[in-house]
This record gives sequence, structure tokens and C-alpha cells, in this order.
Amino acid sequence: MNDDSTFIDLTRQHQIFVSRVIIACIVAIVMGIVIVARYFDLQITRHQDFVTQADNNRVHMRPASPSRGLIYDRNGNLLADNRPTYNLTIVRERSQDMEQLLVDLNGLIDISDNDITQFKKRLKRRKPYENTALKYNLSERERSILAVNSFRLAGAEVSARLTRHYPSGELFAHVIGYVGRINEEESQTIDTIRYSGTDSIGKIGIEKHYEDSLLGQVGNEHVETNARGRVMRVLSKVDPLAGDSLTLHLDRRLQATAHAALKDHRAALVAIEVKSGGILAMVSTPSYDPNLFVSGISQVNYSALVQSEDRPLFNRAIRGQYPPGSTIKPIFGLIGLQNEDISAEHTIDDPGYFYMDGVERPWRDHNSKRGGHGKNVDLAEAIIESCDVYFYTMSVDTGIDVLADYSQQFGLGRITGLDIPGEQSGIMPSKEWKRQARGQPWFNGDTINASIGQGFMLATPLQLAVMSARLASRGKVLEPRLVKARNGVEKPPTEQSAVIDIDSEHWDYMHRAMRDVVHSPRGTANRIRKDIGYNMAGKTGTAQVISISADDEYDRDKINQRQWDHALFIAFAPVEDPQIAIGLIVENGEHGSSTAAPVARLVIDEFMKNQPDQQLGQR
Amino acid sequence: MHKNDFVRQLQTPGGSMKIRQALNLDYMLTGILITLCAISLLVIYSAGGQSTLYVKRQLVFILAGFVVMGLVAQFPPRVWERWAFLLYIAGIASLAAVLFVGVEINGAQRWLNLGFTRLQPSEFMKICVPLMIASYIAKNAIPPTFKHVVLAVLLIFLPVFLVIQQPDLGTAILICASGFFVLFLAGLKRSYLISAFVLALAALPSLWFFVMRDYQKQRVLTLLNPQQDKLGAGWNIIQSTTAIGSGGWSGKGWTKGTQSQLNFLPESHTDFIIAVLAEEFGLVGVLALCGLYLLLIGRCLFIGLNATSMFGRLIAGSIAFTLFIFIFVNLSMVSGILPVVGAPLPLISYGGTALMTLFVGFGILMSVAGDSKKR
Repeated sequence: MNDDSTFIDLTRQHQIFVSRVIIACIVAIVMGIVIVARYFDLQITRHQDFVTQADNNRVHMRPASPSRGLIYDRNGNLLADNRPTYNLTIVRERSQDMEQLLVDLNGLIDISDNDITQFKKRLKRRKPYENTALKYNLSERERSILAVNSFRLAGAEVSARLTRHYPSGELFAHVIGYVGRINEEESQTIDTIRYSGTDSIGKIGIEKHYEDSLLGQVGNEHVETNARGRVMRVLSKVDPLAGDSLTLHLDRRLQATAHAALKDHRAALVAIEVKSGGILAMVSTPSYDPNLFVSGISQVNYSALVQSEDRPLFNRAIRGQYPPGSTIKPIFGLIGLQNEDISAEHTIDDPGYFYMDGVERPWRDHNSKRGGHGKNVDLAEAIIESCDVYFYTMSVDTGIDVLADYSQQFGLGRITGLDIPGEQSGIMPSKEWKRQARGQPWFNGDTINASIGQGFMLATPLQLAVMSARLASRGKVLEPRLVKARNGVEKPPTEQSAVIDIDSEHWDYMHRAMRDVVHSPRGTANRIRKDIGYNMAGKTGTAQVISISADDEYDRDKINQRQWDHALFIAFAPVEDPQIAIGLIVENGEHGSSTAAPVARLVIDEFMKNQPDQQLGQR
Repeated sequence: MHKNDFVRQLQTPGGSMKIRQALNLDYMLTGILITLCAISLLVIYSAGGQSTLYVKRQLVFILAGFVVMGLVAQFPPRVWERWAFLLYIAGIASLAAVLFVGVEINGAQRWLNLGFTRLQPSEFMKICVPLMIASYIAKNAIPPTFKHVVLAVLLIFLPVFLVIQQPDLGTAILICASGFFVLFLAGLKRSYLISAFVLALAALPSLWFFVMRDYQKQRVLTLLNPQQDKLGAGWNIIQSTTAIGSGGWSGKGWTKGTQSQLNFLPESHTDFIIAVLAEEFGLVGVLALCGLYLLLIGRCLFIGLNATSMFGRLIAGSIAFTLFIFIFVNLSMVSGILPVVGAPLPLISYGGTALMTLFVGFGILMSVAGDSKKR
């Protein structure tokens, strides 16, 4: 600055340069050491961390979906299978601008707001490189539109996957149930690894009860992906294991016969194979198409199902609880015989009504208008013609607790243990029950009401069928079962050693009486005996929906159709060696004999057609 | 006049030694450069997804670079000393042109479209500025007086200012550094050095608030915490450190680096090429490269120390240290010591303009070397 020397000393210039070079070199060496130290730190000290990170970058585990176990009926007809469907999925990290992509997609195909809301919910649970479904079940048209435009839809792709399908539609909806999308609640409880290959889970029915077996084992693939998430190669692979296939006791033909006969009613029917306890048919009408639920039911469809007065989603067969009405009489008769309150020779006089000591109000017989069943009514006649007064009289002697105890052995008042969820227990009242449930003492009047299956008593159609099967098998207590075999291997029968303690002659007596219900001209179900090729035992029943006071008459014209009596029927056949037992109810069907019994005949006819050995059943 | 020099050299009788002298090439420097360029081609091949596209282009750049270097070497240093001002003016003019008619790529206007190729004038300023300052200082008093320092600083800041407008802070800083080295090597007084240092520190906040753009600030913040925005601003640095670190001692092998081959690494054939090398050849590869650079810089300094003219010394020394700074900035940026700025790795990264600039610099070095040998 104040260097005003004009003489340029070349040596000094060189010295200055050299010293500056040395200073700069020292600084450079320090900086060089910093660099080398940094690379040493990254490449040697923290090498392992970065190897892991690099592998995490490139190696992703992809779940490989197992195919869900198939469900067959006893003859090998497919009731639930898996079909390829095409879904629109999006990989988050591959889409540049998610909102724009959704707008673009919506411009091409119809995507509802609901789809988008659901998609965004699912998106939160998925990793950025996993694909997330936006729309399910693309039509062929939608698929081709997407294919043509795929170049400008980065991140969106059409992926094929197997989706549950129910070929018989509504026929088995109440038995097999359906699978649906895993909801938020379920996602909290499931094992996320097991479910990583699927977004479906059994919601009700067989699908839910056997979820564990049907699901299968998820496989996996370790794949190397590039930075855009594209799979470059498969490094290792564990194949998924398909879920167990299930063979049910159900017989598609019986199911179809029953369904066809009942589909215009609100009704339920359960048919049981007497020897095994296997469910041959289980129908609840009206039904619904379970396929609607598989990939998410639309709001419109769902509201329609929920709001329908006929309650199609309600599984009447196991959840509908009805007064069993006169169908209870055979077992009460057996109990009376066994308890020696009555005998085969014991008769009563039936004027059409019954007065209990100390009660002014009479209990009417259902045919009180015609003056009752007359004099010398024995148990057989009381069954065949369904005489109420006989049972009013008997029940007072037997007492409710004895009736309740035996009835429970016949399957009433508690869940039968069928292998689908949701079963209701019905009510078999007892003194204890009334005290606990109602906080009231038991009156003899309650017993009289119960003696014809009214009052507090409630049973599900399944319980009626179970009762019928135990009547048929002479008291063998078998749990009803839907699944017959798993992967073709028969499950050992769940036979319980218990046998209801009733003497053989009483069974013979009751079987004869029940046979005459159908086959005798006086039988309440005699209208179904025409051209019958085998011996059928049965019992009709009618259950009051509203209580009619003793002085009033039931007049169907005066009451709403939905309050008409329920029609019930239990049956088994052939009487000599029972194979099939049935319980059914037609809501507001009025008379068991006219609406319910003919359906049982149709179903048993269908069954007998395929029982070559049994067709020779004697008259 | 320079033409006469050239003819005279050719006419000098003698053997191969004479021809070498006549060609005016420094063979050690040439050898190091050829080795580095070969490494560059190897790594570019791997980084470019094993396609020969970039390799071929880079090979053309390299060959052109050697030709340019050879031509530049033929002129004695005094020619460059004289021409420095013209080159500087031309550089400033093209920088100004960039601001008005430049091509914009990724939000930065850095390129001039020449029809057949794109030119990045700011790259050329990396050699024009030290030339200009060296020629200016060498002509005047050594060590430089206050007046000369002020003028030199103005000469440095004019292009720096223009480059910041593009915006290209990285290149601006490197240009600034290359000019500053000349002043430093010329014996800039310690009091100036200290005040410059203090001034620079004081200027940092205003740089942050007035000069730096948001994305540049973001890069600085990202350096402090790359995990904050893994998929955005932090991506580059996370992926490059992962690539480097996973290389280990000896690397994953040529073309076997997963980070680069699977495109996790951004800009793998240009600014981030060291990450590819580090991943595939490991620390051994990095150290070998550093060794070659050390030789290269050492040779440059050797030439500078032996130079007969002040200009020769200053330009050789500043080229050597500028080269070092380029290398340092690139290696630090990729390994996460410094924020990400657009700075290629000298001689290794793919890119024509940067390579040309370097070869022009090496040509001048050879010119200086040849000049001193002849005396």
C-alpha cells in the first residue's frame, strides 16, 4: 500500500511467491485431510450402516397373495371361488402429482368421491412404493381406456388380482357369508404380515368362521427396484400357500329347492343330515347377492338392503327367534311319557278350552270354534290333530322345570354350536329363567302357555331342525355342522356321546304319531301325503305374532298381513331309518300345514330322489 | 509475432527431444491428464447406465481438449498475458449476453445456444479471470499496491456479479476464488487478507438475506439436516453419502454399484460422479484418484515455481490452487460437508465446457513450462 519502491527485486518477488505457495499448500493439505477423513468415515467407519441403507433402498419385500380356499358343497359344486378382476392402483412414489393424477383419471373413467375418500384412507396405511387400489372391478372398456392413456398416467396402473366370487349369488349368502375389504377396526386386530397379500377378510358366515383356514399363507418376493420403484429382478421368493378348501355338508340341489319354494316369503329352512348332524340346506329368505360386498358395496345398494322391510341381510335361520308353537308338542309328549305324567293309554276330554284351578279365564284350543277335539283324546291324537288342551293338562302335571331340562337336551334355549357366527339362543323358559330375566315368579299359566310353544318360548329355525333331528335319531345329541371336509379330508364327526334318556317304546310311539301327522287322513299335514313315496314324520305349528285376548277370535282380515301367524313345520324321513330332518318357518304364513309343510315335502322329495337305498321306504 | 515464434521453434534442428520441445508439451502433465481422462471414461460408462452415449461424447470432448491444449501451449506466456484483457472482455460480454438471450434450464439461465452446442460462459470465466488478474498484477508492482488491489477486486467482482444473476452461486464463488488466488500468490499483504476475511464474514448475513435464493438457502439447511426432507431436498445428499459409504474399502466393482445403477444417485455422470467411483471402487479408488490429483497439482506448482516470468508464476500457481478448490468443493459437496452447488469434478465429470476450460488452463501451464525450459 505504501510500498513506493520502484525497484522490483526479482528474488524478493520469487520469495514472496514461494512463501505464499507454501502457506496455500499447508492450508490445502489440511483441507485434503478433511476430505480424506470424511471419505474414510463414510466408507470405513460407517460402511455397514450405508450398506444396510443401500440395500433398504433397492431391496423391497413384496407380499405374494395366497389364493383363498375354495368352498364346495357335498357334491363338489363350487360355492365360492376366486376370479381375476382388474383394479386401478396407484403407486404413491411414482406419481408426480397425486391430485392432478386423480383429476386426470376421473376425466377418463368414472371415479366416485367415495372411491377417492376410501383410496386416501388406504393410502395412509401403505408404503410409498406399494400400490394402493383406487377403483375395483374395472370393466373391459375402462381397462382399454386406461391402457391407451397409460403414457400420461405415471404412477397409475391396472393390476389383476384374484377376487372372491360366489357363483350361486344369493343362494348361499346366509350360510357362506362373504368377504369384504378389511376395515379400520379389523386392521387394528389382524396380523398385518399374514394379511399383507390381501385386503379382504371374511365378514360373516363360513367366510368369517373359517377365516383362519381359508386365508392361506402369504408368500413373499424380495425384489430389487430402481429409484422409480420399478422391479429390476427377483432376488428370492417364497411361494404363497393357498388356503384350505372346504367341503360343506350342504347340498346345492336341496338349497336351491328350498330357496325357490321360499323366495317369495320371509322364511327360513334348515335341513340336517340325521346321522352326521351335517347341515344339508340352510335358507333364509329374502336373501341378497354376496358378490356386492366383495369389493365394497355402493351406498345405494347398501341402503336398499338395510332399509328393506323384509330385512334381507337378516339371517332368519340362525338369528330369527320365533315361538315354536305346536312343533314343540312331540318332545313335550315324549317328556310326559318318560316322566310318567301320561301314558300311551291316557286320554282327556277336550271341549275346546281348558280351565285351570283358580283362574277364570280359559285357555282355548286352536279349534275351539268347532268344539274341540272331543272325548277320549290320547297322545297320538293330540299330536296328529294337534290338540292343545291335552298339553295344557299334561304340562301342569309335568311342570316347567322338567320340560325345560329335557327341551334343552333337544337343543332349545341355547346355541346349538353351529360353525358360523351370530347364532341366537332362543328362550326355553324355566322358573329360574323367569326370575332372572323378568324378576317375576313363575305361574302355572306360564307353563300352560309354554306347553304349546307360546308364551316366553322362542326358538330359531336351526333349533327346530336340531330338535327334529334329535327326535329322528331317537335322542342322539349331535352338534350341527356345516363343514364336512377340509382339503378333502373328512373331519371326524363331532358325535357327542350324550343320548337323551327316553325309553325306546316312547320313541316308537312318537315316530308313529308324527308319521300319521302326514300320512293319516286326520293328520294336520295330510295335504302333503299325496303320491309320497316314503314315510315322512312331521309336526305342524302356528305361532301367534300378536296376542289375541281369550274372548277375541283370530280374524285375518282384521289384522295387518305382517301380523298374521307364522307357519312352522318340522319333519324327518324316512321314518324307519331317518336320514333327513327339517325345521322351517314361514313368517306370517298362517298355517304350518298349508304354507310350511309343502316346502318340507319338496325338499325331502329332492333329498330322497338321490337316496337309492331309501326309495324303497314302505308305506 | 507469435506466429514467428512457432515457426522458429519448428525450424530448430535436433532429435526427438527437439520435436518435444518444439511441440511444447509437458509430458508428465500430459501423462497424468490421459490417465485421469481414461478413468473419467470408465466411470462415465458405468454411471451412464453402461451406455456408450456419454462415453463417446466425452471422448470427443477429451480429444478436442487435447487439441486445444496443444494449440494453446504453442503460444508463449507473454501472448496470453497480452491477450488476457481481450479474453476477459469477451467473457464479460458473453456473460451479459447470457442474461439477455441465454437458454434457461431448470430455472437457471446459464447457457448460450450456439446452434450446434450450448456454451456455458461462466465456465470460461474460471480461466479468464485469473488470466486477467495475473496479467494485470504482473504488469504492476509486486506485492500489489492498494490501488491495484482495489481495481483487481473490481475486475473479479464484475463477472462474479453477473454469474450470481443467472443464478449460479457455486460457479461465482469458484470464479471469485480463482481470481483471489492470483492476488494471494502475488503477495497480498496480510492486513488486506485479514480485512478481506473479516469483510467476507460480515458479508455472509447479507449474502443470506439479499443474494441467496430460497433454493440455495434450502441446500444449506439440507446440509445441516438431510433427513428432514428425505424425498425432496435431502434426497441427493442422502443417496450420495449412501453410495459412498456402501462402497467400503474396495467397492462393489465396476458397473456393480447399486446406488448408481438403479438410479438412486442423481446427476451420477456429472456433478456426483465421485459417488459412483467411491461406490464401485471404494476408498482405494478415491485415494488413487486423490493421488493422481496430487500429482497433477504438484506438477502445476512445479511449473509455477520454475516459471521465469511473474505472470507465468501467478497463472500457474493460481491454476493449481483453483484446481484444488474445484476438487475440494466437489468432493465436499458430494460427501455432505458443503452445500450442494453446481460444481463438476475436474477432468472426471461429464461435460464439455468445463473440460475445455481446464484444457485451456493446462495449455497455458505448458506454455509457461515451455517458456522456462527454453531460457
